[in-house]
Amino acid sequence: MKKIEAIIRPHKLDDVKEALSAIGIQGMTAYEVRGFGRQKGHTEIYRGAEYTVDFVPKLKIEVVVDDDQVDGAEHAIMMAARSDKIGDGKIFTYDALSAVRIRTGERGPEAL
Amino acid sequence: MKKIEAIIRPHKLEDVKEALNAIGIKGMTAYEVRGFGRQKGHTEIYRGAEYKVDFVPKLKIEVVVDDDQVDGAEQAIMMAARTDSIGDGKIFTYDALSATRIRTGERGPDAL
Amino acid sequence: MAGVNAGDTAFVLVSAALVLFMTPGLALFYGGMVRTKNVLSMMMQSVFAIGTITVVWLLIGYTLAFGPATGPLGSFIGGLDHVGFAGVLGGRTGTLPMGAFAIYQCMFAIITPALMTGAFAERMRFRSWAILSVLWVLLVYAPVAHWIWGGGWLAQLGVKDFAGGLVVHASSAAAALAAAIVLGKRIDYGNPDIAPHNLTMTLLGTGILWFGWFGFNAGSALAANDQAIAAFIATQVAAAAGMLTWLLAERFHTGRATTLGAATGAVAGLATVTPASGFVSPLGALVIGMCAGALCYWAVLLKDRLGYDDSLDVVGVHGAGGVFGTLAIAVLAVNGIGGVSGLIEGSTALIVPQLIGTAVVVTYSFGLTWVMLKAIEKVFGLRVAKDVEVQGLDVTEHAEVGYSL
Repeated sequence: MKKIEAIIRPHKLDDVKEALSAIGIQGMTAYEVRGFGRQKGHTEIYRGAEYTVDFVPKLKIEVVVDDDQVDGAEHAIMMAARSDKIGDGKIFTYDALSAVRIRTGERGPEAL
Repeated sequence: MKKIEAIIRPHKLEDVKEALNAIGIKGMTAYEVRGFGRQKGHTEIYRGAEYKVDFVPKLKIEVVVDDDQVDGAEQAIMMAARTDSIGDGKIFTYDALSATRIRTGERGPDAL
Repeated sequence: MAGVNAGDTAFVLVSAALVLFMTPGLALFYGGMVRTKNVLSMMMQSVFAIGTITVVWLLIGYTLAFGPATGPLGSFIGGLDHVGFAGVLGGRTGTLPMGAFAIYQCMFAIITPALMTGAFAERMRFRSWAILSVLWVLLVYAPVAHWIWGGGWLAQLGVKDFAGGLVVHASSAAAALAAAIVLGKRIDYGNPDIAPHNLTMTLLGTGILWFGWFGFNAGSALAANDQAIAAFIATQVAAAAGMLTWLLAERFHTGRATTLGAATGAVAGLATVTPASGFVSPLGALVIGMCAGALCYWAVLLKDRLGYDDSLDVVGVHGAGGVFGTLAIAVLAVNGIGGVSGLIEGSTALIVPQLIGTAVVVTYSFGLTWVMLKAIEKVFGLRVAKDVEVQGLDVTEHAEVGYSL
């Protein structure tokens, strides 16, 4: 099993969810993060004082998949989250040693 | 060392914390996430227009433990977080390559 | 102070302050209904109107609306006697110092354009709004106010509008409809992410609007008299009834009674009773409020069928309500309250004037606003760029964020 983590633009979440559902991946976790990378941040102005904000709002999604689904999932996320502009995000993949479904105690790919 | 990540129901956080404490695990991190899986989402209604929300609020907890604590920790989280209804969440385990306590520079299991 | 009634003056000054307070209330009402990334831009459109329209009103707006209705153009636009509030101090309007009347009317001129901003939430350029709001008050609001309240041709025709069903709500909603169509739908229209971000703000805004509306309606009697009390009671009763029938409608339609439904139903009742508040009995106001909640609920659902993105339902609430309340006068007016009789007292005299007044105001505001929007679009652009809309207008237009976590 592998864990895929992707940093995406916040408004792309639904597209990514649909793309993963379409290849049979039925679960994921998402949360708000702030990302600093090549995409430029923005300037905020309060009473004339300028503040440069380098960290831009992003969503991080995490999904654990069976080994044979990794390539498909990476591709699905990439195509769904892409806008061709700097700041589309990144996808990282890690080894997952085990997975347990809390309700039933099922382990391994069965639990995904 | 292993990193254990669990997606749980938000109101189960205290139970899980106490179950881990009881087996000697004294540290963990928790944050709010939104999960999409077998548990059905909900419908929100604004001025007669219905919006289907698939992502439900969850907590994610992370704890890094020594290898001999992994089974016990998984078991403790599973029993504490279980309600027997769909949506109890999942537990994933990953290899952790190193751990460092920032204050002292201690490394490895001593830093946990 | 010759010819001035101190009680009336005090009442109207307090009413002016109440009506001013409605605009920040509207900012909260609307602000809670947009997404976090647009909350400040939404509120700014209302707040900014307080600044611009006050100055516009002082310099030229007041005299266009309420200057003398004399001369060849007098039926259509006020004379220029009061440019820069000239002759206002020391003047008289009925039993009031003219200054009290002029500043009270200023508050109406502020909130009327602010009402329409809900229709183009989350996508209008701030600069374009700044231009539109000024042009609109000068070319639509001031003439319409003159026609109906300033002794102009609709007033001479016998059109009745106690506190602004046509002058305020229908005129603003007709402009809102034009704007929703010309600007087009938001990118995320129909997406669940577009749901309101903070209804607690909206509920607080509703409370402030309701509170201020007593100044709006009762104050429109321009005297602390029986008619003001009738309007005060009608305001409270219609708001309550509007809330209840909206909740009933939505309970049957969706299975739930929602807080946004309670807030919207109350505002629908308030907007609908506005033109009739000084003409109808408390039971008449109850009928108007009950109809308002159900009618406006239905009218809000229309936008999905007709395919325009009136984002915060200005047309469904203020348009449907303002028109219905204006027409209801022809049915429910009681002579002993406002000096005119409707069908319930056997008089058909108001039917034709009310229909004509409604058709004229809606058509005029819709048509002229459409032309203004097209002209502004051509010269300055109207809508923000797509990536700006995605990122949100707070950071891109105002360099601020509503929530820094």
